[in-house]
Amino acid sequence: MDIIEILRTALSQALGPTAIVFALAAIGLNIHFGYTGLLNFGQAGFMAVGAYGLAVTVVIMDLPFWLGIGMAFLMPLLLAIVLGFPTLRLRADYLAIATIAMAEILRLIFGSVEMKESFGGSNGLTGYSKPYKDLNPYDGGLDLGIIRFSRDDLWSVTVGWTLVALGCLLVWALMRSPWGRLLRSIREDEDAVRSLGKNVFAYKMQALILGGLFGGLAGLFHALKQSSVVPSDYSTNITFFAYTALLIGGAARVLGPVVGAIIFWFLVAGLGSIFSQATEGSDPLLPTWLMDGTQASLIRFIVTGLGLMLLMIYRPQGIFGDRREIAIDGR
Amino acid sequence: MVHRRWWALLLAGVILLLLSPAAAHADETAEPTDSPSSGSATQSPSESVSPTDTASDDPVVPSGPGIGITLVNSSDKSDEHPKGAPMEGVTLTVLDSSGNEVGEGVTDAEGMAFVPVEELDTYTVRLDEDTLPDGINLNGSNESQPIQMRLLTTTFVDFPIGATKGETASFGDKFVASMLSGIKFGLIVALAALGLSLIFGTTGLTNFAHGELITLGGLFTYFANRELGLSVLLAGLVAVALSAGFGWTQDRALWRPLRRRGTGLIAMMIVSIGFGLFLRSVYQYFFGSSTRSLSEYTNQERRDYGLFKLADKEVAIMLIALVAIALVCVAMAKTRMGKAMRAVSDNPALAASSGMRVDGVIRMAWILGTALSGLAGALLAVNSQVNFLMGFKLLLLVFAAVTLGGLGTIWGALFGSMVIGIMVEAGPLFGVPSSIKEVGALVVLILILLIRPQGILGRRERIG
Repeated sequence: MDIIEILRTALSQALGPTAIVFALAAIGLNIHFGYTGLLNFGQAGFMAVGAYGLAVTVVIMDLPFWLGIGMAFLMPLLLAIVLGFPTLRLRADYLAIATIAMAEILRLIFGSVEMKESFGGSNGLTGYSKPYKDLNPYDGGLDLGIIRFSRDDLWSVTVGWTLVALGCLLVWALMRSPWGRLLRSIREDEDAVRSLGKNVFAYKMQALILGGLFGGLAGLFHALKQSSVVPSDYSTNITFFAYTALLIGGAARVLGPVVGAIIFWFLVAGLGSIFSQATEGSDPLLPTWLMDGTQASLIRFIVTGLGLMLLMIYRPQGIFGDRREIAIDGR
Repeated sequence: MVHRRWWALLLAGVILLLLSPAAAHADETAEPTDSPSSGSATQSPSESVSPTDTASDDPVVPSGPGIGITLVNSSDKSDEHPKGAPMEGVTLTVLDSSGNEVGEGVTDAEGMAFVPVEELDTYTVRLDEDTLPDGINLNGSNESQPIQMRLLTTTFVDFPIGATKGETASFGDKFVASMLSGIKFGLIVALAALGLSLIFGTTGLTNFAHGELITLGGLFTYFANRELGLSVLLAGLVAVALSAGFGWTQDRALWRPLRRRGTGLIAMMIVSIGFGLFLRSVYQYFFGSSTRSLSEYTNQERRDYGLFKLADKEVAIMLIALVAIALVCVAMAKTRMGKAMRAVSDNPALAASSGMRVDGVIRMAWILGTALSGLAGALLAVNSQVNFLMGFKLLLLVFAAVTLGGLGTIWGALFGSMVIGIMVEAGPLFGVPSSIKEVGALVVLILILLIRPQGILGRRERIG
């Protein structure tokens, strides 16, 4: 068992582009769930429209890259408005079902054979990321022994963490403003806020849009670092993982989703590496009747599921959170 | 109904690409290896395999080792397509030698699908007949033909596939057929939706792990049938009993302690998401990601009933589901436990203060709800096949059904399920692309929430 290799995999994932995608998605969920109390289970849908907004504009419509970036922000905004109108008046669990259904609808449509002309079917779209790659100022990759990034990854990491930092700054500034306090009070007691003459629906919509934009940004970043947009990348599980990351760090805390995403990917990648090492080779550490290579890759999902359950039961506030802040209840 | 039949020849050109000399295979590159055979389910015995030259009109194939399949209808030749018109939207599944699913491809506008494979093996390509265009059926001749392949080369082989072209059914016939399959699907969804509704009614929990309870029924059926050697009928009964047992266990070990702790409903909902992910991964761990069949009733001939055709197993599925649903409805209306359940879902505190053991009632709801979902899974397994995702794929449709009818109402769940079932199955007749026929039902879910969020039969106060 090569401890250094495990640590290297875990650290490179935890600080690498994948964790950034989830950090951005979780920042969006933090605005929805943590601050406003909206149970958005369709963050994968926002990510998908962000990514497809760029890819479809550049690849299918043959328009400039920077217009594609603009579309990647416009599409989640439109989606939030379209989705918000029917669902924001509903109770939390209805909202959850509606948003998860929306994400599935989008994923199915993006992957369908009939719409292959517009969205590339299940193979997705590629060939839009050259302008992004061309901006890369680095000459080579980074190798610090314990952590390694290729040249492309190094550029993505730089862009990504800058985006995360700016996002956190924005959330921090907004949430200490009167607007942010209003969102929190909606989470605590909607009716009380309404009785003060505030338009709760409008504030919820603004929160949904802002969080959705972060979801779109996560999808956009994913599309850029991956150089391809594939519908299966935007499955419901992605939303669930982002929730897990958010809950690890602590909802309703500015840095909660970021720290959560780092820890989540450290654990997931570390576990994956441990079990893949334990099952590989001619004389694996674990006998093959107990676990083979394919099964080894599932351990992390089993642990993620268990972890999400235990976290929600024993420490719903996560690492940084305040228990009183997430005592929301639907009924 | 007289069907004029004639033979059409479907050609599946199989291209094996082993272009990338993966390091693991480097020492074998010079040897011929017996490998990817194809079209085992679909070949005509009368035709021999004829290698053709690398056809120039083939589109660019993704690189990497894999199996490329081009499906053309050679009875429909034209100048543009000398080999025959490409068949679009046909699902092809590649299985390895132990019968596990390696990948799935859907043919594109060129009739082309590509499934990457990772290692040397004897592969089988299976064609999903349901996805063939209307009026084309396979003639059922099965033969598999192994072909030698070399690494680092591209080999093209033509597979003649026997196909019969039936007279394209009239709209009326298709309508009746899709209504019937919609009713069948709706009844299966209804069983699961009843289970969900019972649990939601008594506990208030929106259970995101419900899809896994459906899968569990299918997996138990498979286990009892294949591993214990029971007949499918008996295996189904065992599966329902085991599901009921699982319902008791999960209430005892998970949900009751949570209720005692005073965990909020939203928190419980997120717990159920974690539980669902956990169960799904555990299923995949033990069952693998392949799709497998039960030992009996897999390919039943459809019996002609005049107006429509149904296989015996489809009739049985509908009858079993109907009886189960009727029993539950009568029990909810007449028995003490049924009344208690309704009382608890109306007002748990009042029910408790009038001397009911609310905890016992909730436990009963978990047992009954899980058993009903298990039955849905068992019927689904008989109807098609068993897969670790079979329930998860159904989850949103079950949610849609329950929401459509009104969360927490028995009749609403039934009504919603039938609407969803028929919508999904009849959608393609009215222009919904068949590969995404579930989308229509999900769109209705969102529309219903917009117009009448309490559901068609629901009461206003539930959505508050």
